[in-house]
Amino acid sequence: MNYNWNWGILWQVSVDGHNTWFMTLMHGLAWTLVTAACAWVIALLMGSLVGVMRTTPSKWAQRIGNAWVEAFRNIPLLVQLFLWYFVLPEVLPRAMGDALKQMAPPWGSFVPAVIGLGLFTSARIAEQVRAGIQALPVGQRMAGTALGLTLPQTYRYVILPMAYRIIMPPLTSETMNLIKNTSVALTIGLVELTAAGRSMQEYTFQVFEAFTAATLIYIIVNLIVVNLMRWLEKRVAVPGFIGPQVAEGAH
Amino acid sequence: MSEFDFDVISRSIGYLFREGMTFTLTLTALAAFGGIVFGTLLAMMRLSSFKALSLLATGYVNLMRSIPLLLVIFWFYFLVPYIAAWITGASRPVQVGAIASSVITFTLFEAAYYSEIMRAGIQSISRGQVWAGYALGLNYWQTMAKVVLPQAFRNMTPILLTQTIILFQDTSLVYVLSITDFLGAASKIAQRDGRLVEMYLFAALVYFVMSFGLSVLVKRLQKKIAIVR
Repeated sequence: MNYNWNWGILWQVSVDGHNTWFMTLMHGLAWTLVTAACAWVIALLMGSLVGVMRTTPSKWAQRIGNAWVEAFRNIPLLVQLFLWYFVLPEVLPRAMGDALKQMAPPWGSFVPAVIGLGLFTSARIAEQVRAGIQALPVGQRMAGTALGLTLPQTYRYVILPMAYRIIMPPLTSETMNLIKNTSVALTIGLVELTAAGRSMQEYTFQVFEAFTAATLIYIIVNLIVVNLMRWLEKRVAVPGFIGPQVAEGAH
Repeated sequence: MSEFDFDVISRSIGYLFREGMTFTLTLTALAAFGGIVFGTLLAMMRLSSFKALSLLATGYVNLMRSIPLLLVIFWFYFLVPYIAAWITGASRPVQVGAIASSVITFTLFEAAYYSEIMRAGIQSISRGQVWAGYALGLNYWQTMAKVVLPQAFRNMTPILLTQTIILFQDTSLVYVLSITDFLGAASKIAQRDGRLVEMYLFAALVYFVMSFGLSVLVKRLQKKIAIVR
C-alpha cells in the first residue's frame, strides 16, 4: 500500500488557470466566513426575538416561539436547505420564483444558504436566550416593573444585558457550529471551504493533502473564534458577577 | 407552480420507507450503539490518570468536534480503504463501499460527542462511590462496570437519546455519498419525476414528525427517571 504525498500541490496552479490550490482553499474559507457571518446576524436577531417571546407573559407569543424552535430544530439542516433552494422558488409567485432561480452564481446558492443556516441557528440561539433569561432571578424583572419600566424597557435595560452575558459560552459554541454547518451548503452548490477541498481532491487526486489542509484551516478558525469570544466575554463581564453556565449537546 | 401532486408520494411511499428509512434507521442504530461504546471508552481514557491516554482521547475528541461532519464523511470515504489495506496488508486500497464507510464515519464521529456526554455522566458520580468500590476490593474495571457506569448511564440517558435524535437527522448527510437513505430516496424520486416540491416537503414532514415525537418521549422519560435528590 502506498500513497504519493505531494504537498507542493498546494502551490501549483489550480484548475481555474491562474490561482494556486492554496488560494482556492482560501476563497473557500472566505465564502465559509461570509456565509456564516451573514447567517449569524439573522440567527442572533431572530433567535433573540423568539427567545424573548418564549419568556413573555403572553401565551400566544410563547406558543409561536415554541413552534418556531421545534420546527427548525426537528428537520435536518440539509432538508431545510433543500426547502429554501429547491422548493421556495416553486411556491412563490412565478415572477419572484423566477428571479430567485435566475440569480447569478454564487448568489443563487448563497442567499438560500444564508437564510437556511440563519433560521436553523436562530432556533438554537432562541433556546440559549430563553435559558439565559430564565437563569436570572425573578427579582430583576420585578425590580424593573417596580421602577415603572414598561415590559419592553425591562427587557432592553435590565434583563437582556445580563442574559447575553450569561449565554456567552454557549453562544461561542453555536458560532462554531454555524461555521462548521456552513459546509452543508456545498450540497446546494456553494463553494465554501469543504467544497474547495473536495474540488482540489477531485482534480488533483491528492486526497489527503486537500483534506488535511482544509482540516487545519478549520482548526485555526476554531481557535481564533474561541479566543475572540473569550476576550469579548472578559471585556463585557460585569465585575463580581459570574453567570451560570448553560450547556447543551449539539452540532 | 403546477398542482400539488399527492399521487407521487403515495406511489413512492413503499420505496421511501422500505429502502430509504430502513437504511436511515439502521445507520442511526449502528452508529448510536458503536458511538456510545467507543464514546464511553474515550471518556474513561480522558478521565484516566495516565497522561498519555488522557491526552490522546482529548486530542481525538477536540479534533472531531472542530471539523464539519461533511469533511469527516469525505475524509473517511477515502481514508478507510487505505486503513483496510494497511490492516489486511494488501498492496492497494481495499474498496469498502459507501455504506460501510458511512457506518464507520458516523460511529467514530458521534463517539466524540457521546464521549463528552459520558464524561459529564461519569463526573456526576461522587468520588466517594469510586473510593467505596476500591475499599470493597473491586479493581478499576469492576468499579466502573458495577458502580460508576450504571449510574452514569442512568443520569445521562435523556441527553444520550437527544444526541441520538441529532444523529438521526445528521445521517441525511450521507446524501453526498449518493447513498439511498430516506432523503436520498426522496431526492431520487424527486429528480426522476420532476416533483421536487412534493418530495422535499414530504421528507421534511417525516423527519419533523419522527424527531419531534421522539423528543417528546425523551422529555417524558426525563421526568420519569429523574432521581429525586
